[in-house]
Amino acid sequence: MSSTRELTVNGLWKNNPALVQLLGLCPLLAVTSNVVNALGLGFATILVLLGSNIAVSLIRNAVSDAVKLPTFVMIIATFTTCTELLMHAFTYELYKILGIFIPLIVTNCAILGRADAFACKNKLLPSAVDAIAMGIGFLLVLVSVGSIRELLGSGTLFSDMHLLFGSAAQDWQINLLGEEYKGFLIAILPPGAFIVTGFLIAGKNIIDKQISQYQAANKAKTPKGSLRVRTTGKIT
Amino acid sequence: MPLLNLSSPHAHSSNSTASVMLSVALATLPAALVLSYFFGWGTLINVVLSISFCLSLECFALYLRKRPILFYLKDNSALVTAVLIALSVPPYAPWWLLAIGCLFAIVIAKHLYGGLGYNPFNPAMVAYVVLIISFPLPMSQWPVAQSLQDANAQLPNFLDSLSLVFASRENIDAYTAATPLDVFKQNSSAMVEELYKNSATFSQAKFAGVAWEWVNLAFLAGGLFLLYKKVFTWHAPLSMLAALALMSALFYDGGSSSSGGSPLFHCFSGASMFGAFFIITDPVSSATSRRGKIIFGASIGLLVFVIRLWGNYPDALAFSVLLLNFAAPFIDYYTQPRAYGHSKKPPINSENTK
Repeated sequence: MSSTRELTVNGLWKNNPALVQLLGLCPLLAVTSNVVNALGLGFATILVLLGSNIAVSLIRNAVSDAVKLPTFVMIIATFTTCTELLMHAFTYELYKILGIFIPLIVTNCAILGRADAFACKNKLLPSAVDAIAMGIGFLLVLVSVGSIRELLGSGTLFSDMHLLFGSAAQDWQINLLGEEYKGFLIAILPPGAFIVTGFLIAGKNIIDKQISQYQAANKAKTPKGSLRVRTTGKIT
Repeated sequence: MPLLNLSSPHAHSSNSTASVMLSVALATLPAALVLSYFFGWGTLINVVLSISFCLSLECFALYLRKRPILFYLKDNSALVTAVLIALSVPPYAPWWLLAIGCLFAIVIAKHLYGGLGYNPFNPAMVAYVVLIISFPLPMSQWPVAQSLQDANAQLPNFLDSLSLVFASRENIDAYTAATPLDVFKQNSSAMVEELYKNSATFSQAKFAGVAWEWVNLAFLAGGLFLLYKKVFTWHAPLSMLAALALMSALFYDGGSSSSGGSPLFHCFSGASMFGAFFIITDPVSSATSRRGKIIFGASIGLLVFVIRLWGNYPDALAFSVLLLNFAAPFIDYYTQPRAYGHSKKPPINSENTK
């Protein structure tokens, strides 16, 4: 459970915080109306997750079980405040758009969940890797939901990216569905978030099912022809 | 000689799902004709488009779910959904509007939840709500009624209708007009009496608003036919209309400029009759017990009036129905009828109280 590869696969796919654990749904549903909001919140979450996982894993032997959770929350709150101040300083416009959802990272169960389930039982390095994998897994889902909603809702992708990446990103916007596309408003409205997330989860389950079917089909292969098969021993 | 000992009832009615659904679809016929009379070809085009979209999407969804296609297609439920969508969307709506509506009704509101019988929400109303919050403009462009003589607008002929639906919609404004509910919604200064005198929508009407009074009467006729055929009971429709009438009587305000309109006006405009007889009587998504149906219907009537008068939208049936669909299991839980032979409340500690 602690090899880097396993941790990465877990965070990105097998145990994805948004699609499998269904944690952090509140910010996921609320801010993903376009790509830039999703990216902004995703980066902020990664930063907090990384900081809190490292800090929790460092102090894991010094904190007793009785005060474990309050301590974690304090640590997470500290990193959230740092992130909030950073965003306030460098991406002020985005900070204003994301509003309450940056302070609310404190209550994101995905972060407390990782602190409690992983970081307080593991050493520094695996905890950091886990935080990055989980954070990127969350970010990828945020960006997928954000891009689908932005594409359906307003027909664009990557609009307003300068809020996050400065004026160089001013003209990153792609009008995929043409200038005359009027927009499918429900995709940007809250119901759209639920519907798109639901379809993403369903899609992941379908892929998982096909993978397991494929693996099951490949496993049960018996050699054909006149080859004599011994029931003991391994045929290669 | 086989000694079969079957208990009563010995005679069964042949009310299959398919025949019930078919009679519901047929009962919308008078209203479809009246709509076509007042609004031209648009209604017919809506019906044809909607039926073809809904049936093909139903086949597609059944294929994806690996269900027998013909067996489920024959229950006519997709047909009823299609007709209800077609009649609630404004005539001359662009084709993609209907396609999106049918997609949400059939695939998302019905099959994603497990198909007919498992859908917690009325599919046609889900389609309507999705469309009205996503595309408020084309969903509010109701054409002008044929009989409104002094209006400049005239209805398009068949070819123009087709081009409105499939090609350019630049001319649509030439054909649209405010519905009676729009007129009331936008009125802020005129007394009801003045409004009835000055607005052509009311001055040329017999009792409730040009065209819409007849559309509602036609839906009422279709509904009474279904009631006679015992497709549904009187509880839900009657309680909805009674609640709507009561609310509008309470807030009539003596016909002042802030009046919500008379009970007659409210019962015979917008989707009142359509909703009362064709939407809230849906056996799947409404409450099931009789008391439950009364509560369900009355709450919808109440909500329709509240949203019509104080909400942002001129009509409110779809929103009210969806809200009460949420509440239907809850209503059912508290209105379970007493089973024959059981006392009203389950006796608590009945063994101890000897």
